[in-house]
Amino acid sequence: MSGGVAAVLGGLRTSGPLLALLALTVGFALADSGFATLANLRIILDSAAVPLVLAVGMTFVIRQGSIDLSIEGLMAACSLVFALAVANDRTQFDLGWLGLPVAAAVGAVFGLANGLIVTRLRVPSFMATLGLGSIGLGVAMLLSGDQPPLVRDTPLRQWALGQTFGVPNLALAAAACLAGGFFVEQFTRLGRYSYVVGGAESVARVSGINVDFYKVVVFAFAGLMAGLAAAMESARLGLGHVEIGAGQMLGTITAVVIGGTSLSGGSGSVLGSAVGVLALTVLANGMVFVGAPPHLEKAIQGAIVLVAAVLAGWHVRDRLRIVK
Amino acid sequence: MTAVALRAEGLSKRFGDTDALRDVTLEVRPCEVVGLVGENGAGKSTLLKLLAGVIEPDVGQIILRGAPVRWRKVRDAADAGIGMMFQEPSLIPGISVAENILLAHEGPGIRLGIVRWRKLFALARAWLVKLGMTISPAAATQSLSFSERQLVAFARALAVEARTREAPILLLDEPTSALDDRGVAAVLQTVEALRTRASVVFVSHRLEEVLRVCDRIYVMKDGRCLAEREAGTLTVEALEQLMVGHEISTDIARDAARPHVAASVCLEVRELSRRDKYADVSLALRHGEVMGIAGAAGSGCEELCRTLFGIDAPQSGTMLLEGRTVALRDPADAVAHGIGYVPAERASEGIIGAMSVAANMTLAHLARFCGRWAIDRRREQDVAERWIERLRIATPSATTRASDLSGGNQQKVALAKWLVGRRPRVLILDHPLRGLDVLARRDILETIRELARDGVGIVIVADSLDELLAVSDTVVVMRDGRVSARYSIAEDRPTRQAILESMV
Repeated sequence: MSGGVAAVLGGLRTSGPLLALLALTVGFALADSGFATLANLRIILDSAAVPLVLAVGMTFVIRQGSIDLSIEGLMAACSLVFALAVANDRTQFDLGWLGLPVAAAVGAVFGLANGLIVTRLRVPSFMATLGLGSIGLGVAMLLSGDQPPLVRDTPLRQWALGQTFGVPNLALAAAACLAGGFFVEQFTRLGRYSYVVGGAESVARVSGINVDFYKVVVFAFAGLMAGLAAAMESARLGLGHVEIGAGQMLGTITAVVIGGTSLSGGSGSVLGSAVGVLALTVLANGMVFVGAPPHLEKAIQGAIVLVAAVLAGWHVRDRLRIVK
Repeated sequence: MTAVALRAEGLSKRFGDTDALRDVTLEVRPCEVVGLVGENGAGKSTLLKLLAGVIEPDVGQIILRGAPVRWRKVRDAADAGIGMMFQEPSLIPGISVAENILLAHEGPGIRLGIVRWRKLFALARAWLVKLGMTISPAAATQSLSFSERQLVAFARALAVEARTREAPILLLDEPTSALDDRGVAAVLQTVEALRTRASVVFVSHRLEEVLRVCDRIYVMKDGRCLAEREAGTLTVEALEQLMVGHEISTDIARDAARPHVAASVCLEVRELSRRDKYADVSLALRHGEVMGIAGAAGSGCEELCRTLFGIDAPQSGTMLLEGRTVALRDPADAVAHGIGYVPAERASEGIIGAMSVAANMTLAHLARFCGRWAIDRRREQDVAERWIERLRIATPSATTRASDLSGGNQQKVALAKWLVGRRPRVLILDHPLRGLDVLARRDILETIRELARDGVGIVIVADSLDELLAVSDTVVVMRDGRVSARYSIAEDRPTRQAILESMV
């Protein structure tokens, strides 16, 4: 490969996600006049909100060289806890707004457990989070019983479905999470060390960094984000449901990887992940407009992941590099 | 103040079944620059890592400023003012230069968990300035050149100075190895400047440098300290003499005449180049010839071996196998052309520890052991047992897990891997004797000679010149990616000093 092509590919790797988002947007806008409307923009922002919150947490996990496959199960458990803790048709609890931090705290506890299993019991995060996710699903099923509990807290539901200055409230909440994630990533020791741990864990250890501690905190942070996302989605739908996170795991990991965080760790930013989330949301939304069969959406999303993965790994390809 | 800043007393360290360090005693006085020289594998890096708390000694103790210490973590050593610059790259690519320099001791650069970027950059800049570097502390580390990274790693070692009120002790493991002249000058100047306030242990292959900056020099070989000298009394020649030592490896005698080297060339490369690794390398290896390639770290000899086995493609030049041009696509292609490779990393690339000895031997030529439907276990077993006997591999049985064998026997298994199928045309041995004891070395060397007698062309890169001289018919010396000298052992047997001189 000549140097010029390699340079172009390298450049694409950094600005690629943004270019892809722009291309998708322009393409759909030209294809259908209904796409580039304020109403549709609101729909896009609204549907990007929950995935964005998840992606913020996942970015930290992937950047430190781990993976979190527990988010669907974790969201299920947090969704049920949230629905049963606020005014609902099943229990006497009526925590109101406190339901949000409660759900987030349950998520954080699950994430903490993920982190402890990975660091203390030395189970690879792939297995540990897969197992814990399944436990989360089980807890959710126990809490749910036959009939999913309905959320009867009117202010919460109005907030989740409402807008402020024309912007969906959930999108605003997600933007706040993004801003918080960006601050943690750029301006705290925790965030900076997530680059260090993912970049070269052995160097981090030899430098005297308490690697295990930072790993655990990052898992807990991702769990907290998943709990929050589950509460947001439950408030919007008006019920606590076992299936609330269905499909979110692949979508989240896809968005993070498309957004420039390498699966091998050490790089990436929550801002890139936000672009990834938007690109995927625009894609799903736009395909409805151009009349693509909804059955094709998954396949196209998969194809995009593959292309992104090839581009992301292009510069480090080596005949003996082992891809796991 | 005590007269000794840091003292290592009778340190020993074993890795698996090899002694990396044997009863080493060394002293560093306040404000003294101590040089540490020796061939690769002599134990210099192991010694520094023990002193810096990266690994723990099996025997012996470390005495810091008069009091015995025991490092439980690297952090303990760093807090006591011991800074280390590692030989291998130790910077994190995805973060800024400032973060790398101050990693894990940001001090006021992070308060209450919040990074104060301006403060952090200012702190880091101070260390960069001491090295005469103008790069921005905010620069992304992956954007730096190799020599800039090396200097940043040096700045990182320097930064322990801020952590202790005592005079710091800096352990520098080949700080100049990959630097251009300007970088070398900056490092040497800084070491000179440090002399007023710090003690330094300085490891380098470039002996002139060592003589220039060091007050005292320790010479190491095979995990032992051979000699200690005042630098003022030494010349480069005298130091080389000391490094090579008295004939320790008399056990590796070579058989006198080598009439079995055939006239026909089995592997030839012409003007082979790979950017930043090696350039214009032309070699011809005959059937039955053992060609030793000598070179210090960074000389390109290991990269050349990788190319010969199809791991990295050359950018220009041609490669011919028995007269025919080949362009190897990958290692599998190399194997198909009859080239075998025994990598330096025995444990991770040479053998598969969890598999049996027999399975390890046959894995590169499995097709030869397949019956109509499946692998012919009986045949696999028979062939494995034959080679176990022939190479005198000490193993309870062919079904023993390879990881249960000693290092020398593992290496024989790795060699046997290329022998069980069709006889290879070329075998490339990357440091085949690394970490082996004397008996195992002799065994492996005998096996190599035996293979050469069978007509296999062998390329060998080894740590020690003794070993290269003992087994090779031809010695090629590389320096800075180019062939700097060639010797035919039968006609003009070079002295070790001559080789060392063309290496550095």
